[in-house]
Amino acid sequence: MLGALTKDLGVAVRTIRFKLNGEPVSAEVPPHWNLVELLQNRFGLTGARESCGQGLCGCCTVLVDGAAVSGCLYLALLVDGAEVMTIEHQAAGGGLDAVQKAFIEAGAFQCGFCTPGFVLMTRQLLDENPDPTEDDIRHYLSGNLCRCGAYPEIIEAVKLAARMRKAER
Amino acid sequence: MTIGGEDLKTAQTGTVGRSIPRLEAAAKVAGRAEYVHNLQLPGMLHGKIFRSPIAHGRIKRVDVSAARAVAGVHRVVTGEDVRAIVADPHYGPAFHDQPILAFEKVRYAGEPVAVVLASDPHAAEEAAQLIDVQYEALPAVFDEVEAMTSKAVVHEVLRPAGAFPDLRHLQGRKNTNVALDFHLRRGDAGGAFSRADRVFEHTFHTQQVLHVPLEPFVSAAEPGEGSVTIHTASKSPSFVRVEVARLLGWPENRVRVKVPYLGGGFGAKLYIKLEALVTVLALLTRRPVKIALTMEEQFYTLTRHAASLRIKSGVTKEGRITARECEVWWNGGAYADIGPRVTQKSGFTAPGPYDIENVSIDSYALYTNLPPAGALRGFGIPQLVWAYESHTDMIARELAMDPVEFRRRNILRDGRPQATGTVMKDAAIEKVLERLAARMEWKKPFERGSGTRRRGRGIAIGFKASISPTTSVAIVNLYADGSCALYCSTVDMGQGSDTAMAQIAAEVLGIPVEAITVVHPDTDVTPYDMATLGSRSTYHMGNAVRRAAEDARDKLLAAAREAGLPAETTPIAEVFRRKYGMQAGNIVGTGSFIPAYTPTDHDTGQSPNVTPFWMVGGTGAEVEVDTETGRVRVTRLVNVADVGKPVNPRIVETQLSGAAVMQLGFTLFEKMQFDGGQVTNASLAEYKIPGMRDIPVMENEAVDGAERGGPFGAKGVGETGTFSVSPAIANAIEDAVGVRLMSLPLTPEAVYRALRAKQGKPLDD
Repeated sequence: MLGALTKDLGVAVRTIRFKLNGEPVSAEVPPHWNLVELLQNRFGLTGARESCGQGLCGCCTVLVDGAAVSGCLYLALLVDGAEVMTIEHQAAGGGLDAVQKAFIEAGAFQCGFCTPGFVLMTRQLLDENPDPTEDDIRHYLSGNLCRCGAYPEIIEAVKLAARMRKAER
Repeated sequence: MTIGGEDLKTAQTGTVGRSIPRLEAAAKVAGRAEYVHNLQLPGMLHGKIFRSPIAHGRIKRVDVSAARAVAGVHRVVTGEDVRAIVADPHYGPAFHDQPILAFEKVRYAGEPVAVVLASDPHAAEEAAQLIDVQYEALPAVFDEVEAMTSKAVVHEVLRPAGAFPDLRHLQGRKNTNVALDFHLRRGDAGGAFSRADRVFEHTFHTQQVLHVPLEPFVSAAEPGEGSVTIHTASKSPSFVRVEVARLLGWPENRVRVKVPYLGGGFGAKLYIKLEALVTVLALLTRRPVKIALTMEEQFYTLTRHAASLRIKSGVTKEGRITARECEVWWNGGAYADIGPRVTQKSGFTAPGPYDIENVSIDSYALYTNLPPAGALRGFGIPQLVWAYESHTDMIARELAMDPVEFRRRNILRDGRPQATGTVMKDAAIEKVLERLAARMEWKKPFERGSGTRRRGRGIAIGFKASISPTTSVAIVNLYADGSCALYCSTVDMGQGSDTAMAQIAAEVLGIPVEAITVVHPDTDVTPYDMATLGSRSTYHMGNAVRRAAEDARDKLLAAAREAGLPAETTPIAEVFRRKYGMQAGNIVGTGSFIPAYTPTDHDTGQSPNVTPFWMVGGTGAEVEVDTETGRVRVTRLVNVADVGKPVNPRIVETQLSGAAVMQLGFTLFEKMQFDGGQVTNASLAEYKIPGMRDIPVMENEAVDGAERGGPFGAKGVGETGTFSVSPAIANAIEDAVGVRLMSLPLTPEAVYRALRAKQGKPLDD
């Protein structure tokens, strides 16, 4: 779906190559697209969602070279040569990982729109800090918003995921 | 009955009452749940809306030439273009007052005036900025009390939609902004005030706030041959079909409405929002059209009513309330949406959950030149409870009476008439109050802090009637292997309705909940439901699902008996094999539900049966106030509710706590700011919603209750947690530092100003 804008205005579409959820891929990208548009329009991946459009809610969280970014503010061209991981990436066994299982177990979501962002940030938190305190959790996840207000259950889920990860090791 | 060969009796799952995870849990944590937000259709055009910058004015000229010239723009559509397809393009559930696109006049800043369509949304967005409209500005009115007498009139003539008998008397009315005046008179309030030992009167205000679903409004339409399919993030697919069919002059069967999961709703995504617009655009262009609003645009679409509330009580020296008078002005904005229902349905509970002999209520829906207001989680109740539970606490304080004890003396008990005359039943008001007091350890000494950190605590209780009379229909379709599909038009926006409905059907059929697929709303497939709103689904659709499942079960048992099989013990699959000769066929059960209801009398507001059930919610708050900054930290929030018997206790608890979190934002900081009718904080950067660090320690309790009319004793719970949060916190603030705030939100500035005023050193405005 190359927009007419890019064609008619002669905006330079570039081909970029990167790894998407472990697979090498390439895509033609207009320079004004953000990462969410790239994932949705070129790869049909809709787990990263634009909501506030200002990098304040975390619904568009994507991991680029292992670090969480706001996909709605991140220019698509910048992932050229990078490793991109989205919520659609599946664990080696193909099933859900400890964080996802913990979110289900703790009932840590309602509408589910913000959930991919919370799951990705929780993974990153537990990678950095396998045994976070409640304060650590609140601080680390303060950039993700949940309008359904599932925060108490999310905190429980993070604690549970930490325990499950330990048990796995 | 059994599935997979298990015996019926051992397979009885006892599904209702169990905290099973949501059916769609795995899809949601994997980012694979379906939302309209994700939808891409072949050949689809994106629409971007051009909005009015002024609050009230005549449209003199619309120049779209520059927009049309932008490369990639397919078409620019104005209000006049819409009228080529829909001669009278006004929609709305209560009034036919809102145009699909503005023509002739604009009535609020942010109102849609034109739409640019392009394959590339960026092209459409760029072009929309080049539209040039000239207006003749008209005087505007923003305040709800001023709107009662203002010379600025928002609508030339009132046009009730016809669905509600109590709006008919407004037909054709001119020179007024009053979209509904609801009156209730019980006993003789005037006489009782003159006999009362003490009379108290206070006026409260609430601010305009926003739902902020993280999936903003989004709808798409696909044109067919004399038909249209609408994919929409809507909680009222049945209404969308009826209303779009009415606008087009088509029969209902040519309008198909499909709804997957919603990324939050909270009352916003109801009735018509973008659906009529995308339909007209799709019919004009013969292409699929999608409009996805930005977060900013949500601020111009639907909001919660700001309100002014005057409340007056006559009280005996023993602490019995003998009379109460309430006047409520609801700021409905430029289009009525469902505001007149808020005015009436919530209006009749304005005296609170108290047993008061003499009551007078006047509740007014007002048009103003602000973005429209409608339903938001509680449907007016949080505004009313804010007023009556602040008022109640202020009276107790004046009488030097413990606030729990004062409430205890006055609460409305089962068997006693509410202000409408409807006798209370299955409303655990007393239990909620007592459990709240117990959980708060109300009788124990309380640590009050010292120095600049002062601590206080407060409680509040509130109640709500259900919306009535409304219809739900459900279909249960048993497959030949004993699994089944449940067809219902209840929309799962995160409240867990799919899971609850499957649990109810599983309970009746005696099969595991995993054997049930819930078919999402599709008006060509799933039967009618009034809407997913007002915490009505568990009760109304729950009853319809129960009846549909019972119907299917009865037919299955009859089929077993006809085949000479022992009805109670034969596996379902075996019954099918005998009935159809192989693994084939269906057994279909249907159920519909509409509760009894008597409308309120036009003059007195009286009704012997005003609601099928009552929701009751109380909150206790402990706060710490920093006297140097006015900052309020809520250190503990206790939510106690009567939810009947929960179908899924965990989901019920998250509904209570999630609702309280939302109301916490409306209590402490959320407020739409306006300058000349223009929203000045239309983004999450400036309109802050609660985040993880704003959440206090929370406890939630569902009291032991049962709703006899509900499915397996259940009733609605989606809004209950919102009712009492605001006054509980305001009451705790007065307990901590001795200042009383009369307006929401309870910002540090408001608290600090009150502290300074109390010290006799008020700050300048």
